Amino acid sequence: MKSAVIVFPGSNREGDVLRALKSAGSQAEKVWHAETELPKGTDLVVLPGGFSYGDYLRCGAIAGRATVMDAVRAHAARGGLVLGICNGFQILCESGLLPGILMRNANLKFICHRQFLRVERNDTAFTRNYAKGQAIDVCVAHGEGNYTADEETLKRLEGDGLVAFRYADAQGHITQDANRNGSMNSIAGIYSDKLNVLGMMPHPENLIEDLVGGTDGRGLFESLVSSFPRAA
Amino acid sequence: MKARVTVTLKNGVLDPQGKAIEGALKSLGVEGIDGVRQGKVFDIELGTADKAQAEAQLKAACEKLLANTVIENYRVEIA
Repeated sequence: MKSAVIVFPGSNREGDVLRALKSAGSQAEKVWHAETELPKGTDLVVLPGGFSYGDYLRCGAIAGRATVMDAVRAHAARGGLVLGICNGFQILCESGLLPGILMRNANLKFICHRQFLRVERNDTAFTRNYAKGQAIDVCVAHGEGNYTADEETLKRLEGDGLVAFRYADAQGHITQDANRNGSMNSIAGIYSDKLNVLGMMPHPENLIEDLVGGTDGRGLFESLVSSFPRAA
Repeated sequence: MKARVTVTLKNGVLDPQGKAIEGALKSLGVEGIDGVRQGKVFDIELGTADKAQAEAQLKAACEKLLANTVIENYRVEIA
């Protein structure tokens, strides 16, 4: 499996994502935002976290219109996998690949803490190594993670099973307390209609080693790698 | 030609920053304020002298980048 991690000016989590992908068994390389094409044979595109373009205008707004995003849109339209984490999720929303927007956290604070997520479905390329309903222990670190969409979009996301993760407690219960950024329906991540694009605010790449306190994030990268036949 | 684009949040979209500013004004003792909504202003220089062309260019700028029309409205004023 071959992954391309897109780097924008101000991205800062590309190294962690590369490490997570490689340790799960993927080939992975960085791709600069000004490229017009993805490396040949790219299976997965990752938009990493950070503060692309200093969050100027709106988070992800300028990166969402970068040259490379045309190639990413074409990749997604072909059914290729795309994962956006944190700022990457904001970029996916701004680029039109996912609906809705990430607004300023309802409490106006930058939040940075360990966070349980409930896995809403495990029949996608991103979550097959998790159990449905499992509470996974990862991290959040963002100031604009308050998922907002109009009523119709929200209804469609819920009705079509496109909510990937919700903020939860350690038992997987969806509580008001667990939803620290104020997201509608406690949404932490969503899929595109064809389930090949995932955007999520939390950072699974932070929790891939016991050394740093947990490995629940590994499942996501291992799911992706196990979705592809092993390269010869 | 100069233009001003104003981008504001649509009605009904929660504006935590506006709320915080409203609270700060209250705590400063500024009276009579019932609500605050925060927006953005862009002062733009245009190369054209043709108003219709300027309007079309500004509309494109707003739709493509300056406003996220999921949550924001925009208003264009040409000087």
